Amino acid sequence: MTKFLQRWTVFAGLVVVWQVLGWLAEDPFFPPPSEILSAAWEWWVVEPENFTEHVVPSIVRLLSGWAIASVIGVSLGLLLGRSDRAMEYAGPLLVFLRSIPPPALVPVFLLLFKAGTSMQLATIVFGVVWPVLLNSVDGARSVDVTKVDTSAVFRIPRWQWVLGVVLPAASPKIFAGLRVSLSLSLVLMVISELVGTDNGIGSQLMQAQREFDYTRMWAGIVLLGVLGYGLNTALLAVERRALAWQPRSRDEQHA
Amino acid sequence: MSNMLEVADLGHTYGDHEAIGGLSFTVRAGELVCVVGPSGCGKSTLLRTISGLVSPTRGDVSLHGSHLAVVFQDYSRSLFPWLSVQGNVEFPLRSLPRAERRARAAEALEWVGLSGAARKRPWQLSGGMQQRVAIARALAYRPALLLMDEPFASVDAQTRFELEDLLLRVRREHDTTVLVVTHDIDESVYLGDRILVLSGSPARLVADLEVPLPAERNQVTTRTDEGFVALRSKVARLLNVGKPSMDVEKWAAAERESLSETVPS
Repeated sequence: MTKFLQRWTVFAGLVVVWQVLGWLAEDPFFPPPSEILSAAWEWWVVEPENFTEHVVPSIVRLLSGWAIASVIGVSLGLLLGRSDRAMEYAGPLLVFLRSIPPPALVPVFLLLFKAGTSMQLATIVFGVVWPVLLNSVDGARSVDVTKVDTSAVFRIPRWQWVLGVVLPAASPKIFAGLRVSLSLSLVLMVISELVGTDNGIGSQLMQAQREFDYTRMWAGIVLLGVLGYGLNTALLAVERRALAWQPRSRDEQHA
Repeated sequence: MSNMLEVADLGHTYGDHEAIGGLSFTVRAGELVCVVGPSGCGKSTLLRTISGLVSPTRGDVSLHGSHLAVVFQDYSRSLFPWLSVQGNVEFPLRSLPRAERRARAAEALEWVGLSGAARKRPWQLSGGMQQRVAIARALAYRPALLLMDEPFASVDAQTRFELEDLLLRVRREHDTTVLVVTHDIDESVYLGDRILVLSGSPARLVADLEVPLPAERNQVTTRTDEGFVALRSKVARLLNVGKPSMDVEKWAAAERESLSETVPS
């Protein structure tokens, strides 16, 4: 409980300070948190269709884009990581592609897919596949020689080699990549919704800005923050379960 | 007795470096053979060619059985930390039905005295226990030949004695054919039915010695046995071929004396 307090005092303190300053300043650009919350309440709870038609589709796009990128990233990464030759061929291309800032490709995807979900998904997938891919390559390479030899001696089938040895050995690095990708997905989801659509959190944010409704704009920003925090917490919980096999501390591990 | 392993004119070259220079020997079924040689003499290459991890540049390795197992020196890297002890022992048995896999793993863990640790993670066990898990995994695979690469080089002396006796008991009870690669002369004499002495790089067979000791060995009495001491100095002498600076005879005599002093029989 004390730990919980410790973690949230600074956060709560800042909100209080903002609240007081907001009251005193009465600046339309910086409304106090209480107003932002009531705006959020009116926007998404009183009119639930705003939530189901904008927030939910955004989250679905974010999660499906991230899931597609993760599947592509992990499978391609494990493949490239276990083949030096494939990596020699693909290496420069990968470095080149991942250097391109994904928002710069939004116009290209607009041409290719027209405005809409597929263009948004393409932007997210292209943007977030790299951390997963490169971490998977790294992880797959890190399978130590003794485990490679052990697997070879016991002549295990190919599926067991990939799923039972390479994947678990690479999983700590894969999870690190997944976490970076997840927060990047949120960024790219918003960016992909800023142009050519009137649907989603990003477009609602733009609309509020255009209508000088700054309280709603702030409500949207807070929602994005809450979303990012929630998704990261959920992924961390999954990671802790999936990587529970890792030796946790020196005391527990015998040399 | 039939031959389990036949190695004929085996040679291996890495670039310009000749690691093994034409080795021929056999291992009979049920036998425990120790390969001893100076460090860096190509023992590991020999093990890798026999186990099929490396194809030799010349010569033949023929195993009379479908598969072999290897116990590596580095148990902590050879075991999979994401699997339980039981899961590790079942690792090579994935093609078997679940129930049989379970039964064989449980049986092998019992042989090495680790039934109680089946659900633990390997890294929660001591070094000696981890190597026992690796041995159980190899035995559960029911190999025609059990290869061991410096299996007890990474544990303390006490544990080492325990593991040596464990190996002798298990292979006697289950009639396993074993080839142990080691740089430790004492260990080779204590464990082996036969000792293959290799020369330095490139590895060549210097001697193929029968061990004239009873099958039942004991860490205290066997090691002071006249036959043990004599064979050990013989192997030591063979390993020092070309290094006359060290008087092995004298060293062995001193050793014998010091041993008979400390352990009155």
